[in-house]
Amino acid sequence: MDSKQLYQEIILDHNKKPRNWGNLADATHRAEGVNPLCGDHIWITLKVQDGLIEKVAFEGESCAICKASASMMTANVKGKWVEQAEQLVQEFREMATGRLDVAAQPNHLGRLVVFAGVKDLPSRVKCAILPWHTLHAAFHNRRTTSTEGDADPMGLPAAKESA
Amino acid sequence: MSSPALALQEPSGLTPGFDLPRVRSDFPILRLKVNGKPLAYLDNAASSQMPQPVLDRLIRYQTQEHSNIHRAVHYLSETATAAYEGARRKIQKFINARDEREVIYTRGTTDAVNLVMHGFGRALLQRGDEIILSQLEHHSNIVPWQMLRDEKGCKLRVIPCNDAGELLLDEYEALFNQHTRLVALTHVSNALGTVNPVKQMIACAHAQGVPVLVDGAQAVPHLPVDVQDLDCDFYCFSGHKMFGPTGIGVLFGKAQWLEKMQPYQGGGDMILSVTFERTVYNTIPHKFEAGTPPIAAAIGLGAAVDYLTEIGMREIAAWEHELLTYASGQVQALPGVRIVGTAIDKASVLSFTVAGVHPHDVGTLLNEDGVAVRTGHHCAQPVMQRFGIPATARASFAFYNTFQEIDQLVAGIRRVQKIFA
Repeated sequence: MDSKQLYQEIILDHNKKPRNWGNLADATHRAEGVNPLCGDHIWITLKVQDGLIEKVAFEGESCAICKASASMMTANVKGKWVEQAEQLVQEFREMATGRLDVAAQPNHLGRLVVFAGVKDLPSRVKCAILPWHTLHAAFHNRRTTSTEGDADPMGLPAAKESA
Repeated sequence: MSSPALALQEPSGLTPGFDLPRVRSDFPILRLKVNGKPLAYLDNAASSQMPQPVLDRLIRYQTQEHSNIHRAVHYLSETATAAYEGARRKIQKFINARDEREVIYTRGTTDAVNLVMHGFGRALLQRGDEIILSQLEHHSNIVPWQMLRDEKGCKLRVIPCNDAGELLLDEYEALFNQHTRLVALTHVSNALGTVNPVKQMIACAHAQGVPVLVDGAQAVPHLPVDVQDLDCDFYCFSGHKMFGPTGIGVLFGKAQWLEKMQPYQGGGDMILSVTFERTVYNTIPHKFEAGTPPIAAAIGLGAAVDYLTEIGMREIAAWEHELLTYASGQVQALPGVRIVGTAIDKASVLSFTVAGVHPHDVGTLLNEDGVAVRTGHHCAQPVMQRFGIPATARASFAFYNTFQEIDQLVAGIRRVQKIFA
């Protein structure tokens, strides 16, 4: 694919000016996500009240794809119900791994479809998915998650990368 | 010459001491286009490409010479054995080992280090013994020694480096004590390109009665290596980084050590006799080569050695020095780009960071321009930690690279900066 399809204005803008950057002091949920192969490392904090995501923030060190994905994710899930956010986690994951054709199949991803092109860059899929993994882990009170091992978005052991 | 885009005259007026266009035409993969752009393959430190004579040798072996070695009395087995052992002698000559028995085939550098960890470390080291490593090691020369440390209760001591990526030799000398049993040291840093003064460091260790293992994976393809002149006790390298196949590598070891060491793996070919009561091991090098080896790969490595010898390692080192000097100057001149690893003595590696852009984004965008670089920690996380960065982008050169390819890299970095401006 042409990287221009991936490095679009919107992604570059969120990379430069990430939304909801920081760390919530009154968080009810939190998780740390790492991508051991490329070094992306983020923290997500959430304030959830009666199933509603009132506040969400993230910080960390990562590539543009991961940071923009996290920024757009936080902007998207703020004010949504946890179940709605979980559905987005599922759909984003399927889009990024090429199992959801956003043009042909119904979905709730909205502007997040700018990440659809990442499916053609297997080495970058994990960068885009990491924030969503981490959000999912936070909902389930898991403090850390990784894009390796059981949580490998590429799924099959045969698809794993070597170090 | 295959590509009309390739100019005969380099911009600086410098020319290599060999026929570069002819050499490039020997590497079919260099004619590839990636994303519609001519491939600029600058990831040679990860793995290098194979020239046609090596490819031809592999095909000739498989179509006319293949059988198992050291086994049967028939024609093919004898032909295969002769080619396999002939390649060993080529490698022996290439690194100037005293004796062909000192050349052990392994799967690669990692396997060679693990062989020494097992055969030397497990057999001869004890609780409280110490191993000296350097800050610049690849994980393959760290993790095996940590495994030994945890198993035996040994201690690892680390030679620090300065901000240029040069090892601090005074600190090195101060690490020795009566418990030091081994120094395991890289010849050339894969992440920074630093050429360590291994000859001097080996002499220092020997003065203390300590043997030295050298990880030569990044040195053998780029500079002349003479194991007798270095006086190293072990020297490890990989075929696929020196224009040969994957799955083959070499452990050079002084015969006096190899004979004392325990075998690495048990099986066929490494024995003289086997009964259920007792096995008598074969002599070196066969003691360390259990099972059917990658015969074709070993013979291919022999062909790669012939190819390198024909061009000349001095000519290769000299041309790569020109490439590195030119690339360093061009990249250094870009505002916001920092070269990581600025040792005075460097080989073939240019690691850099671009301000405000993660190395993985740099790598993905350079790929758009047909430029192949490695991004990440380069299996040398302690080096990244030393420089306080998670990763770098790394361009690494081989003798077949050109100034034009470096210009392609520099233009690519400019485009990255423009996109992220």
